[in-house]
Amino acid sequence: MSDIADRVKKIVIENLGADPEKVTLEASFIEDLGADSLDTVELVMAFEEEFGVEIPDDAADTIQTVGDAVTYLTKATA
Amino acid sequence: MFDLTGMTALVTGASGGIGSAIAKALHGQGATVALSGTRAAALETVAAELGDRVHVVPANLSDREAVEGLVPAAEAAMGGLDILVNNAGITRDGLFIRMKDDDWDQVIAVNLTSAFRLSRAAVKGMMKRRYGRIIGITSIVGVTGNAGQGNYAAAKAGMIGMTKALAQEVATRNVTVNTVAPGFIETAMTEVLNDKQREATLAQVPAGRLGTGDEIAAAVVYLASREAAYTTGQTLHVNGGMAMI
Repeated sequence: MSDIADRVKKIVIENLGADPEKVTLEASFIEDLGADSLDTVELVMAFEEEFGVEIPDDAADTIQTVGDAVTYLTKATA
Repeated sequence: MFDLTGMTALVTGASGGIGSAIAKALHGQGATVALSGTRAAALETVAAELGDRVHVVPANLSDREAVEGLVPAAEAAMGGLDILVNNAGITRDGLFIRMKDDDWDQVIAVNLTSAFRLSRAAVKGMMKRRYGRIIGITSIVGVTGNAGQGNYAAAKAGMIGMTKALAQEVATRNVTVNTVAPGFIETAMTEVLNDKQREATLAQVPAGRLGTGDEIAAAVVYLASREAAYTTGQTLHVNGGMAMI
């Protein structure tokens, strides 16, 4: 769990150039971390690459926060 | 101006008249180029003329798997892809009322769908690297229409619309997407015209002559350059004044 969270946070920091302190599990990509809609697509693509999974569009729509991504990827890679 | 040293470019249809001129021009500005097309021997001839900084990546764009593999192959050969030129095109002319489904499908597949797939594959890396140039070679016919070319005109018009949509999506990533629309250009396609046809054609062109592949290539070089960063979603018409749009 923590390993996945660390990898997710690293990707978010790299992709969004976000302040690491702001990248908490509760942080919303768009509202808290300044992402636009294209950033969120890029994030999903980066998650897919990092974790070797395919995230369908309807699932991607539900991934709004760092915690959402960690929860989804934990299940997807279980 | 327009220095492309260190840039990498993939040109489809690179053995044809316009495609080879584009490849040579990009190479002449310093880019490393990957030449694609269906005729491997013809591509090798172009490659031999250019010497170094050249890769040959043959692909049949009517084959879906070949299309999917082309951008990764070019990226692997050159270590990245900064410039994609969707130049490959075919014609299957015929009057609309007699046009076969197969002639429609083939032209849409090679001229439009392959450009979509190649652009989709290329833009991914370009967005990541925060730099890219996608250039489609459309045609004046895509804007004005032309009797006997319903399929070709549709594909070329489709390319212009697709370009504008993609340009809007990726503008914030420093990726520009544009098209060049040639008018009548001296190529194998226009060489077959007889004197009377040639005369009728030229009557429509204020410049009074056919254009050259180099004149199309010059427009591509501009759009491919760093200097063209603020030009996106546009169609650059190179047609001797044949249509002023």
